Amino acid sequence: MRITRSVAGRRHRTALVATTGLTVTALLLTGCGGSSDSDKGADANGNITLTVADFGQFGYKEAGLFEKYHELNPKITVKEDTTAEEKNYYPKLLQQLNSGSGLADVQGIEVGRIKEIVDTKADSFADLSKVIGVDEWVSWKAKQATAPSGAVIGAGTDIGPMSLCYNRELFEKAGLPTERDEVAKLTEGGWEAYLALGEQYKKKAPSGTYFMDSASAMFNAVVSSSPEQYYDASGKPIYKDSASVEKGWQLAAQAASKKLTQGLAQFEDQWQAALRKSTVATVVCPAWMAGQISTYAGDANKGKWDITSAPGGTSANWGGSFLAVPKSGKNVDEAAKLVKWLTAPEQQAAVFKAIGVFPSNQGAYELPDVKNATLPYFNNAPIGQIYADGAKSIPEAVLGPKDGVIKDSISTQINNMEQRGTSPDDAWDAAVRTIDKAIG
Amino acid sequence: MATSTPTRDAYAHAPRPSKKEPTDERRQVWRSRLWRFDDKASPYAYIAPFFLIFGAFGLYPLLYTGWIALHRVSMTGLDSMEWVGWENFDKILNDPEFWTSVSNTFLIGVISTVPQLLMALGLAHLLNYRLRASTFWRTIILTPYATSVASAALVFALVFRADGGLLNWTLGLVGFDPVNWANGHWTSKLAISIIVIWRWTGYNALIYLAAMQAVPNDLYEAASLDGASRWQQFRKVTIPSLRPTILFTIVISTIGSMQLFGEPLLLEGGALGATGGNENQYETLSIYLYNYGWNLGHLGPAAAVAWAMLALLLLIAAANWIVGRFFRTSAVRPGAPS
Repeated sequence: MRITRSVAGRRHRTALVATTGLTVTALLLTGCGGSSDSDKGADANGNITLTVADFGQFGYKEAGLFEKYHELNPKITVKEDTTAEEKNYYPKLLQQLNSGSGLADVQGIEVGRIKEIVDTKADSFADLSKVIGVDEWVSWKAKQATAPSGAVIGAGTDIGPMSLCYNRELFEKAGLPTERDEVAKLTEGGWEAYLALGEQYKKKAPSGTYFMDSASAMFNAVVSSSPEQYYDASGKPIYKDSASVEKGWQLAAQAASKKLTQGLAQFEDQWQAALRKSTVATVVCPAWMAGQISTYAGDANKGKWDITSAPGGTSANWGGSFLAVPKSGKNVDEAAKLVKWLTAPEQQAAVFKAIGVFPSNQGAYELPDVKNATLPYFNNAPIGQIYADGAKSIPEAVLGPKDGVIKDSISTQINNMEQRGTSPDDAWDAAVRTIDKAIG
Repeated sequence: MATSTPTRDAYAHAPRPSKKEPTDERRQVWRSRLWRFDDKASPYAYIAPFFLIFGAFGLYPLLYTGWIALHRVSMTGLDSMEWVGWENFDKILNDPEFWTSVSNTFLIGVISTVPQLLMALGLAHLLNYRLRASTFWRTIILTPYATSVASAALVFALVFRADGGLLNWTLGLVGFDPVNWANGHWTSKLAISIIVIWRWTGYNALIYLAAMQAVPNDLYEAASLDGASRWQQFRKVTIPSLRPTILFTIVISTIGSMQLFGEPLLLEGGALGATGGNENQYETLSIYLYNYGWNLGHLGPAAAVAWAMLALLLLIAAANWIVGRFFRTSAVRPGAPS
């Protein structure tokens, strides 16, 4: 009897240990949600940890801004939680807004989503109009984040004025000029001239290389150079009849049929690999794209890339983001202060200097860090000069709630034309089906 | 019925020991009433926790999903629901993408389940021999099952990567051109099936093994006396004895493949994974549901998809039942009445 009992006892203990272990593991696994809650609010010493949730590349880490803020405000530590792709970030943000939990103190919002957030979720965010000087921003940027009630729910971080990034080495091998001015001259005639240059490149292209990464970038550049994009001013979706969408689609179909592109889904693994291996000669480059290129092409390709003005001197805004402060946070005031600081001219200039993300705060434009900025990675391209001209003449675009989904669906179908040789009509029908599901 | 435990009622009426005084009779009646009440009611109390939890986490979400399926609800405004009746079902049934994902789900289900169960059966048969370190082998084949879907899918995503993936690298050594696995219609389904097969074969093998060990040894002895070879023994003794177990694993695998989500989502990851590839070539029903609800932002049709999945599962279960019945009757018929 004694033996049995002790065995049973041991078994009991094992079970207990096992369950405890499982519970601990479960707690650790779900810890991401739990621990951030306990981070919020000040601790006994008045120390505060602020969390910033963003996507892609905001450049704060690269510019060392969070450390700097901690130095200026020793009681405040800032933690960043970055999702690589905005397409994955946004559904998560909506879910968190709906459930009211898991939100960071500061949330990034992309321009393709800001209209939907302003229309439907403005109440969930703190009004920043009293904290930030709204007039400091380029006029349309602030308007995009303003709710009908007058509340400003987001402070502009960057805008995406357009340029063209090109690989000097590949241009040289293909017998094309490599100097900025010469390349700009060749594409002076606009996107048609850009495609013509592509055909010229293709004739002597080094094997395994392509003129562009994806025609979807060109499509986005064309559409975003027009004030009328996917919606009209009354909020009706007009993407099927929009002249800029039509033109962008035609150009993309041409690029696909002439096989000028590698047909990669931008920002995905294979696209990153193409940059690493230098298989694409040009990338249509909103300012923030430069940061992506230097990250994925890596140090090995430093100095091989260059930046020139966009074909036809197109002035357009593609992308750009906002920082918003959810009302439900425990440190709304501190978070708003952080947002104000991060989007102030000096800090935007620092980010611009670090990764080339262009300021939306006009106060930054006159700062030497912006005006005279060059990017060493891009053969010291004078980006301050290239973007500042374009930034001033960007048209005020009409935004719509589903801009993000529309852009993504069309990009996917452009990739299908490029990769699979899907006919433009079939591809367009597929895009329309998806978009109508999103709008409907 | 003879083997089931007799209820307490059976004893309640048994003659009481004569020790009891007649004055205790009223108490006796009361006690017997309590006894009987306990007998009738306590089983319900015992199973109540399950039903409470099932009600809260199973039934309620199920019904609420049905309620949502009849409304227009968007991700951006969960509190404003607008009654639309059957419109959401109409929408998804008229969406070619829905039917693409139905056929994808079935194709992946077949490509993954059939080899998986056959291999599991073979593995179980091998493990059923007297082996050295049998526990070790049994543990080993169960390890894939113990990994999480996400980590398995992420590792396999590296294997199947078009660019520098392990598999393409190996193929390259043998002189084949690299294959863009996730991009192809068949290759992507194959890749996902391989992840599923890898994860579930060991689990099914252990279930088969347990069933095999329950097969009485006399059957094999009798068979070998009759001169049956090992293969004949496997076919004529093992397989028929395993029939209920096989049916069980088929049902479980079917349910599993109907809900396939993590593997396709993570094969390419990112935005492509969330739409099941750029041409929806590996979009399963769960991915379609997720995409409709979370990317496109409409929860009504997404809920309708969930119910459509339930309906499909019930259809499959019915087909399974009919087939199973057919086999059972056809298996019994030639034998003597039992």
